[in-house]
Amino acid sequence: MILLETVQGGGLFSYAPLIIALPILGLITNIIFGRRFGERFVGLVASGAVALAFVIAIMQFLALQAFPEGSTIPIAEWISIGRLSVPWSIKVDTLSTTMMLMVTGVSTLIHIYAIGYMHEDVRFQGDPGRYARFFIFFNLFVAAMMVLVSADNYLMMFVGWEGVGLCSYLLIGFWYEKGEDGIGNAVAGKKAFVTNRIGDFGFLIAMFLIFGAVGSLQFDQVFHWVHEHGLANIGVLTAATMFLLLGATGKSAQLPLFVWLPDAMAGPTPVSALIHAATMVTAGIYMIARSAPLFEVAQSTANLVAWIGAVTALFAATIAVAQSDIKRVLAYSTISQLGFMMAAVGIGAYVAGMFHLVTHAFFKALLFLSSGSVIQGVEHGHHHLEHGHGEPFDPQDMRNMGGLRSRMKVTFWVYLIGALALAGLPPLAGFFSKDEILADASTVNTGVYILLAIAAFLTAFYMGRQVLMVFFGKARSEAAAHAAENPPVMTIPLIVLAGLAIVGGALNIPGIHALTDWLEHTIAHVHATEFNVLVAGLSVLFALIAIGFSWLLYGRRTLEEGEPDPLRRILGPIFVGMENKWWIDELYDFLFIRPYIAISWFLADVVDWRFWHDWFHDSVLGSAYRNGSRWLAWVFDLRVIDGFANGLGIATKGAAQRLRVVQTGYVRNYALAVLVGGVLVLSYFIFG
Amino acid sequence: MTIDLVLFLGLTLIAVAAAIAMIVSRNAIYSALFLVLNFLTVATLYLLLNAAFIAIVQITVYAGAIMVLFLFVIMLLGTERESIGGGIRWQMPVAIVLGLGLAGELAYILMRNDIAQGPLADLSAEFGSPASIGRVLFSEYIVPFEVTSILLLVAMIGAIVITRMQRRENK
Amino acid sequence: MNIPPAYVLTLSGILFALGIIGVLIRRNAIVIFMSIELMLNSANLALIASARMFGPAVEALRGHVFVFFVIAVAAAEVAVGLALIVAIFRSKESIDVDEVSSLRG
Repeated sequence: MILLETVQGGGLFSYAPLIIALPILGLITNIIFGRRFGERFVGLVASGAVALAFVIAIMQFLALQAFPEGSTIPIAEWISIGRLSVPWSIKVDTLSTTMMLMVTGVSTLIHIYAIGYMHEDVRFQGDPGRYARFFIFFNLFVAAMMVLVSADNYLMMFVGWEGVGLCSYLLIGFWYEKGEDGIGNAVAGKKAFVTNRIGDFGFLIAMFLIFGAVGSLQFDQVFHWVHEHGLANIGVLTAATMFLLLGATGKSAQLPLFVWLPDAMAGPTPVSALIHAATMVTAGIYMIARSAPLFEVAQSTANLVAWIGAVTALFAATIAVAQSDIKRVLAYSTISQLGFMMAAVGIGAYVAGMFHLVTHAFFKALLFLSSGSVIQGVEHGHHHLEHGHGEPFDPQDMRNMGGLRSRMKVTFWVYLIGALALAGLPPLAGFFSKDEILADASTVNTGVYILLAIAAFLTAFYMGRQVLMVFFGKARSEAAAHAAENPPVMTIPLIVLAGLAIVGGALNIPGIHALTDWLEHTIAHVHATEFNVLVAGLSVLFALIAIGFSWLLYGRRTLEEGEPDPLRRILGPIFVGMENKWWIDELYDFLFIRPYIAISWFLADVVDWRFWHDWFHDSVLGSAYRNGSRWLAWVFDLRVIDGFANGLGIATKGAAQRLRVVQTGYVRNYALAVLVGGVLVLSYFIFG
Repeated sequence: MTIDLVLFLGLTLIAVAAAIAMIVSRNAIYSALFLVLNFLTVATLYLLLNAAFIAIVQITVYAGAIMVLFLFVIMLLGTERESIGGGIRWQMPVAIVLGLGLAGELAYILMRNDIAQGPLADLSAEFGSPASIGRVLFSEYIVPFEVTSILLLVAMIGAIVITRMQRRENK
Repeated sequence: MNIPPAYVLTLSGILFALGIIGVLIRRNAIVIFMSIELMLNSANLALIASARMFGPAVEALRGHVFVFFVIAVAAAEVAVGLALIVAIFRSKESIDVDEVSSLRG
């Protein structure tokens, strides 16, 4: 079904469908053969599939060099009903290829890492048989993400959107029988799914509005329509973009739908790295960037996007400062950085947003994977102890770590690089991307700039705090004292990612703004940002001050075992608030969850059982039926029907009795009857 | 009033009277004899209608053979004198009324028939002679003729079989 | 002989009606049979009259031939019918047709 003759731009583009097909092939192979051939085979097939997808992405990149306008590869006609015509086709242009390269590249590294990580993790959790299932879900995720990224229309993007949501659910609840009360992980998965659903609802409504106004869901046609009729239909456009924003806040964990991301840390660390740091959560940003023409016209929504992004960035950063779980810090950090990206696309700086998306993928994936390495190192240490088993021990709690710099050298160095990149120190990648956002914000919207600058300050602070608590000082637990470094299959991807975190800034260095030129082919009206020395200098200064603060609190005099966090003394109640995530989950529970459950109980118990089943069915229907059948049997059947039947018999008998007299038995009477007939007939012929 | 008409009326009266007498008479032998009279009258009428052969056949077969057979059977069985009408009281009045009604209707039709009104054509003496009838009988109607002979055979056998005495059952 | 055939046909009709009355009134089987013969005879008379009506045409002789056959069949019929009456008399000792009423309902 690949219609080669309609693929413009040459042969390399026609390989694009493989980018979806390869991961699917990988997962099917693992489903059929995985259990039989063992862990090495499964890992190799899964990583190989994604690696080949990366090769295909490179091919698309090369094709675009020659033909930068991009190409659309139709695969099949999916829906064709009335006015609605949705084809299944792949759009290869600079924006989608950027995402393809980033996702497949980072996915390959994480897959390789996961080969080693999951080998240990399934044994720590006590169920080695689940190894294959993990990689099947992982490949499925990559396939769905490719569908989302390469979509040619909103509906196909939505299919990928839902697909990654599903994989997120499956992977968060991977250890479905573990967690609090034996269902904690499953509950976290459910929370992610339901919260995402609210966002998906927004996306759907937006699609309906767009289709209603435009008559098509294809990007080209929608953008063309917006170009022609956008200003005239500003109301519909504002509504549609608002709902798109709702979808983005769900998927990219912004206010108010961010609550699922911290809980999603219940999944294995590669999942957190891939899905909840680098790829799935960036889908919302990508969707807004893709819909740039709509947001350019609906300025009020774009403004709202920027403010939501900025507020979320600050809000999440404050929470990250007080967390003690190593992955939670990174989770809130992700929410905060996504806020940065959201603010960027909200103010119209699409290139800055995409730039930060790519660099953030590098160093956040690096940080998550390294944290996984740390956690596993500590677990190793825990299992080596004689008396370590049986006691409840949280390997993810930073208060149980410390001094790992000497025990896990590679992990320490890559973690440090990632942390510095996140804090935004030059010449690492994070500096350039974050600085571009700040520079754009300072010229466009000062309020947003201020919020983002404060968030950047806090970012540097909590990363410094984390590095100092985990790697410096003395080990605060026996397990940490015996922690061991991880095998190369895990450390090599970390090193590669660290390298990318270092050089990634080259993508859009001011002056040689390669990414801007690259994305200009797809997103109109992008312009290269001027390098603002003042903004850049301020951000570096703030970052250094923040790292200094963290050293003052955590580095100069390192924490002892059991000692409370020094910030608690300084900030007091504010610290308590930060530590408890500002009680947002409790607020939602009070506002939404409890009334909902109360209504469900009411409907189930009162309405369904007591009213419907007990009263209505038994009393009304049951007795009506019984009385009805009693009446039918005794009154109707016996008297009326039987009476009728018997009456027929009696009537027949009576009639027969009366008619009997005709049969006299005398032949002469019969002859007389014949004569009567003859006379009558004759008279009829004569006189009639 | 031509002589033909007078003759015809006289014969009519005799025929009708004989028929009525046959019906009414209580004695079966008297009925048979009155019927014979009726047949003879009708035979005379045949002669008046140029049907010589048929007249003779009427007298020979009908009055001569059939009525004789009737008389044999009447003698054999004995005649009971039964009341006319008998068990069913209403039968006779109704029958007479209807019969007269039928007669009236027939008279009405037949008297008004156009074809039958006019003067009759003269006929040769050959009309109605045995020779002419024989010519027609043995050429066009040969098959019914043969079938009739078989019919007579069958009737004969039938009559014998029906009246056969069942001797073997009376042991 | 120049009689209007209508009169002859009327006579035949009257004889026919008398025959029917005879069948319906009498209870003696043989007399009923004789009334039937009267009816046949009246039909013969009608046929002869009609034959005379159609004059010298040789087809008119068909009436005579028809009468011939009627007489022959009447003879056969009488034979069989009287045989039946004799047979019934043997079993019932009576020729009153009102006795034959087993079909009374």
